[in-house]
Amino acid sequence: MLKRVHFPPSVLPYLLVAPQVAITIVFFIWPASQALYQSLLLEDAFGLSTKFVWFENFTALFSDDQYLDAFKRTFVFSLSVAVVSMSAALLLAVMADRVIKGTTAYRTLLIWPYAVAPAVAGALWMFLFDPTLGIVAYVFDMLGYTSWNFRLNGNEAMVLVVLAAAWKQISYNFLFFLAGMQAIPKSLIEAAAIDGAGPGRRFWTIVFPLLSPTTFFLLVINMVYAFFETFGIIHAVTKGGPAKATEILVFKVYNDGFVGLDLGSSAAQSVILMAIVIGLTVIQFRYIERKVEY
Amino acid sequence: MVENRPLLTLFSHLVLILGVLVVAFPIWITFVASSHDAVRMTQVPLPLLPGSHFFDNLWQALTEGVGNVKEVSVGTMLLNSLAMALMISIGKIAISLLSAYAIVYFRFPFRMGFFWMIFITLMLPVEVRILPTFKVVADLGMLNNYWGLSIPLIASATATFMFRQVFLTIPDELLEAARIDGAGPLRFFADILVPMSRTNIAALFVIMFIYGWNQYLWPLLITQDKDMYTIVMSIKQMTEASEESPEWHMIMMTTLLAMIPPVVVVVTMQKLFVKGLTETEK
Amino acid sequence: MAQVEIKGVEKVYPNGFKAIHGVDIDIAEGEFVVLVGPSGCGKSTLLRMVAGLERVTAGTIRIGERVVNDLEPAQRDIAMVFQNYALYPHMSVFNNMAYGLKIRGMSKAEIADRVQKAAEILELSSEQLTRRPNQLSGGQRQRVAMGRAIVREPSVFLFDEPLSNLDAKLRVQMRVEIKKLQERLGITSIYVTHDQVEAMTLGHRLMVLNEGNVEQLGTPIELYEKPASQFVAGFIGSPSMNFMDARIGAGGDTVELPGGVSLPLDGAGGREPGRAVVLGIRPEHLEATTGSDVASLRVDLVELLGADTLIHGHFGDDKADMTVRLQGTSTLRPGDLYPCAVDPAHLHLFDPDSGRRI
Repeated sequence: MLKRVHFPPSVLPYLLVAPQVAITIVFFIWPASQALYQSLLLEDAFGLSTKFVWFENFTALFSDDQYLDAFKRTFVFSLSVAVVSMSAALLLAVMADRVIKGTTAYRTLLIWPYAVAPAVAGALWMFLFDPTLGIVAYVFDMLGYTSWNFRLNGNEAMVLVVLAAAWKQISYNFLFFLAGMQAIPKSLIEAAAIDGAGPGRRFWTIVFPLLSPTTFFLLVINMVYAFFETFGIIHAVTKGGPAKATEILVFKVYNDGFVGLDLGSSAAQSVILMAIVIGLTVIQFRYIERKVEY
Repeated sequence: MVENRPLLTLFSHLVLILGVLVVAFPIWITFVASSHDAVRMTQVPLPLLPGSHFFDNLWQALTEGVGNVKEVSVGTMLLNSLAMALMISIGKIAISLLSAYAIVYFRFPFRMGFFWMIFITLMLPVEVRILPTFKVVADLGMLNNYWGLSIPLIASATATFMFRQVFLTIPDELLEAARIDGAGPLRFFADILVPMSRTNIAALFVIMFIYGWNQYLWPLLITQDKDMYTIVMSIKQMTEASEESPEWHMIMMTTLLAMIPPVVVVVTMQKLFVKGLTETEK
Repeated sequence: MAQVEIKGVEKVYPNGFKAIHGVDIDIAEGEFVVLVGPSGCGKSTLLRMVAGLERVTAGTIRIGERVVNDLEPAQRDIAMVFQNYALYPHMSVFNNMAYGLKIRGMSKAEIADRVQKAAEILELSSEQLTRRPNQLSGGQRQRVAMGRAIVREPSVFLFDEPLSNLDAKLRVQMRVEIKKLQERLGITSIYVTHDQVEAMTLGHRLMVLNEGNVEQLGTPIELYEKPASQFVAGFIGSPSMNFMDARIGAGGDTVELPGGVSLPLDGAGGREPGRAVVLGIRPEHLEATTGSDVASLRVDLVELLGADTLIHGHFGDDKADMTVRLQGTSTLRPGDLYPCAVDPAHLHLFDPDSGRRI
């Protein structure tokens, strides 16, 4: 935490932390406390009067079917993104770990989607699946599935944003799975081979269990990613539509606040999201403690 | 690999190649689309092989602008994005280095208080406090300029933690040797600590550059003035053509241009990138 | 003239732990003083207080004419060699040595001149000066660390276990080099080590520390011949001194061992008959004899070391294990009797309670 030796006391350390702390207070803590305060207020439609209403905004939210739907939807979306992306990445990592030649080349070819902005990824996938022009939609057409239109069909819209979000995250998951597998001592695998376990069996009985800390860690990271960082994808591809079929919580905060101008509700949603982030962060740090023991 | 099974190895390569193709397919299509003209891009099926208009399209995008964002060229947007990404990444690194240095090497009242304050930023992503943060920035007159685009994003708990971790692994004796050599706190920081952390700084720079470049929601809120548009946020605007159908060849050219800088950074600085990813997750 | 004067120095850490209980020593110009003791005895703390890396709780430290208690390390005119060398990993060897001089604002020409001279003394080639520390071997790094100290031309050298990271062979070699270097440069030196061989061979004087107290201060021979306490007696010398519980004989001029063996003491009086004592005999002083009134050691184990032989055995019924060192190889075997005698001058008596020499 602190060095055994340090410099004699002076104002210097305060000057050193000042920029970071100033930005933190002005742009993080102050707005967050504003959100907290706002969440307890009710403003009329014209912004003329505000009234302190305690937790009314929260109770209103939790009795609002739309909000609860958004909650469920976010969960389904996040879990789908995590599962799709992690399984694809795990498969590729297992294969990359197996081949002796070309591991680095494959890695190079697989990591770059990380660098693509979510909104850009959204645009790419939207183009591929565009109902009139898109190449994938054309293939669907040829296969006889002519009704594809993510602009009208909510489920199809969901599939599309999940794919775009998962695609972008494959790189990250691949890197961590590969690193996790390379950290497993080769002697363990060799011992299992001598015991007569074939490659498939070795994977399920040795490699996969030993990877479980990595898997859990990635699950949390992917959930956080899907919860908060996919705003760009949703906004660029579906705008939460059609008929709110892809409206996840982060998008709803934005939409209710900026478009709908329902400040109290938007603030209350912010506070709920903060609670979720705090929960996920705590889980993540718990995990790190476990990793240290491991 | 433990035993020699050529078939299994072949299969592994096949899966990997397939994976690479699936991952790369959207990019290929982007490239192909950006190399055709407007007419070809309205005929189904769309082409799978590149056309001959790549450089025309490139020139047009860089100098003119695309679709309903005609007022500002993609070249300007690229410069805006570059400025924002650089300010964010350099700003994050600078203030995180300084605060990590203070927290590790000085004992002073409220040290832990500051530490936790910085830690809290980890739990407050911009997405969850959009409205009040926007209001602060507006009140400070920081809308529609580079300061507003970058400064609210440069506080960084992850970077501070990473540097703290790095500093903690630097042996105490180096500070003692430096003190005997007569180096004061600022000298020690500039001559010893920063040069010794340079690979970590570079790794962090790669990650933070990508983070900055890929910002979407924040520039969307802060820039109403089209001259300040960043490339990533404007693509969305372009696809929302109101009257005519979107000019896909130009949009895809823009998309390509939006991807190239961060992708080049990741691929050319792969080692630093991997180091940065793994170290900021501690 | 005392170059370094330490007077009543104490160290208490903020958590209340008292690391140094009061140390006094005057170190003359050009003298080489070794602080020695087991780990945790406070020797490094004392050195670091001289360096200015730890605050002095009480007492004064004077270097030359100045009291340095409140001076920064850089202002004390000292140089220090660290256990792990503490070389700046991102700087070339040259810059490592030059860094302190640059900060002092010395001219480039003079810096180059001083580094060159130090490099010659330490036999570092000009090609090695351009390398980074991690491209050097352990011994070379050690030299660079010394070079960094030499170029400053300080009035005091401080060494904090500088050889303990080297392998055994290199350690012996560097020990000799440090000794030569110190004699050649004539710079007052304080050297911390836990290795008594290093201490004995290097120091003009040794200060043995134990749990923050000075057990003894003296020349190596004084410590060997007249250890002031059982602790010093056991710490100095290898293999270490044999100790056994004994009693002063009825006449006050013998010491009686439990097995009924009695050894004559030196003339000095003042030993009350019947008093319990701890008797110490160095392994090399249990000499073979053919005399009549002798103690016989029952041999349990023989270790042949080539130049010497170590014999482990016991007197009569006494269980205490005794070690004897004989020159050359010996034909003794386990079970044999080894008749031996000790020159009364080589018997050391200690108080069983205080551990002080009687």
